[in-house]
Amino acid sequence: MDSRTPVEDWTIDFDHFDPQWTDNPYPIWDELRSRCPVATSQRFEDGAYFPTRYDDVREIAYDSEHFSSRRVIVREHKLPLMPGPPITSDPPEHTPARKLLLPAFAPKQIAKLEDRTRAICRSLLDAIGDAAECDGAVDYAQHIPVRVIAHMLGVPEDDGDLFRKWIQQVLIEGVRDPAAAMQAVHEMNAYFNAQIELRRANPGDDLISYLLAADFGGKPLSEAHVLGTLRLILIAGIDTTWSGIGASMWHLAAHSEDRARLIAEPGLLPTAIEEFLRAYSPVTMAREVVKETTLGGCPFKPGGQVLLSFPAANRDPAKFADADRVLIDRAENPHAAFGLGRHRCLGSNLARMEMTIAIEEWLARFPDFTVTEGKQTTWSEGTVRGPRRLPITVRR
Amino acid sequence: MPNVKIMRVSIAADRCQGHNRCCLVAPELFEADDEGNAKVRGDGIVPADLEPKARLAVANCPEHAVRLTGI
Repeated sequence: MDSRTPVEDWTIDFDHFDPQWTDNPYPIWDELRSRCPVATSQRFEDGAYFPTRYDDVREIAYDSEHFSSRRVIVREHKLPLMPGPPITSDPPEHTPARKLLLPAFAPKQIAKLEDRTRAICRSLLDAIGDAAECDGAVDYAQHIPVRVIAHMLGVPEDDGDLFRKWIQQVLIEGVRDPAAAMQAVHEMNAYFNAQIELRRANPGDDLISYLLAADFGGKPLSEAHVLGTLRLILIAGIDTTWSGIGASMWHLAAHSEDRARLIAEPGLLPTAIEEFLRAYSPVTMAREVVKETTLGGCPFKPGGQVLLSFPAANRDPAKFADADRVLIDRAENPHAAFGLGRHRCLGSNLARMEMTIAIEEWLARFPDFTVTEGKQTTWSEGTVRGPRRLPITVRR
Repeated sequence: MPNVKIMRVSIAADRCQGHNRCCLVAPELFEADDEGNAKVRGDGIVPADLEPKARLAVANCPEHAVRLTGI
């Protein structure tokens, strides 16, 4: 199925689509961090860099002079630049594009979605019912963010399969095959254009209507800005959170002592969620080098793509004590799962809320569960990491 | 007289990026504004019993935006 050349030397030929990475990336990162903190690769157009230390990741995230956000996915073949403000924006365009969206994703607004999220989780649990076996990713985790985002955008929840197909095309197939990514972009634009027409005729209390009504420096947003932001919200808000929920469930299925403790001490759940975010951070971003510089002893050449791995930074023992251990009561945990600096994940409050409620509701319904023996858990490839098949046996 | 120092929390607004961690670990001391960035509740004076939470807020901020200082 996959014709990629296996990696022999991770320091000069890294590949985040290698099956070894997909299966278990953490030992690879640990080894690189100790002997070559910035790995390189020529598998990606104009070369790619992979810094593994927290301090280097932080420095790049803060340095928009040398590292642009205009490309946020490392690809084998670069696509034409397609702005998705504010994630692809650099200063000075970044601040207004971000400020426009911040209120919609602030804790006060996100709190209003809690009841609906809980109802979504409960209906999924009802559907699992009293089955002895289920798939935690397919039957539960993957549906929660799709339905919440659909609600926020005011689009049909039943379009989830379409959304997941586009995400797969943009983030996975599209890394090797630019046509797949472009096809998804065109389909998303057509989908949102139809939705925009509906909102123009009949505005609602949803994000599409909000963007159409926005006052952006005395003018409405351009069509390209609206479409770019809508594509961003759809792509960034779904498989990321689905991965976070799934990885948390996977950990709890495999660690009965943590499961028991969370049931005995429900007040610990927010702390545990932050630890799952640190240890199993779903999201890796990218930057494009726009000005030559040196970091971690490695020269960065203009045009090069940087795999900006917050997950690897979060496993750096120089920053986190016992970095390779998952401690659900880790009190001091300034993790970077939602990024660092001006591009802090816009949806972080939403993701945290969904993860917390999803796990809370699952534990309330199924306090005792385990990874099904003899069936394989599979993990997504590429820049968003989470379980895609998570066979679970519920003990009753 | 025991030597009790009065402590105060503050947010460096130029550093805060709205991770919301301080508001979650010490909601008595911090709240989010309408854009989701942190602000200090009231005058920021930390009651002695909340000092551990204030220290946790400092330790959990990924942007080093939370300060705890003696006055």
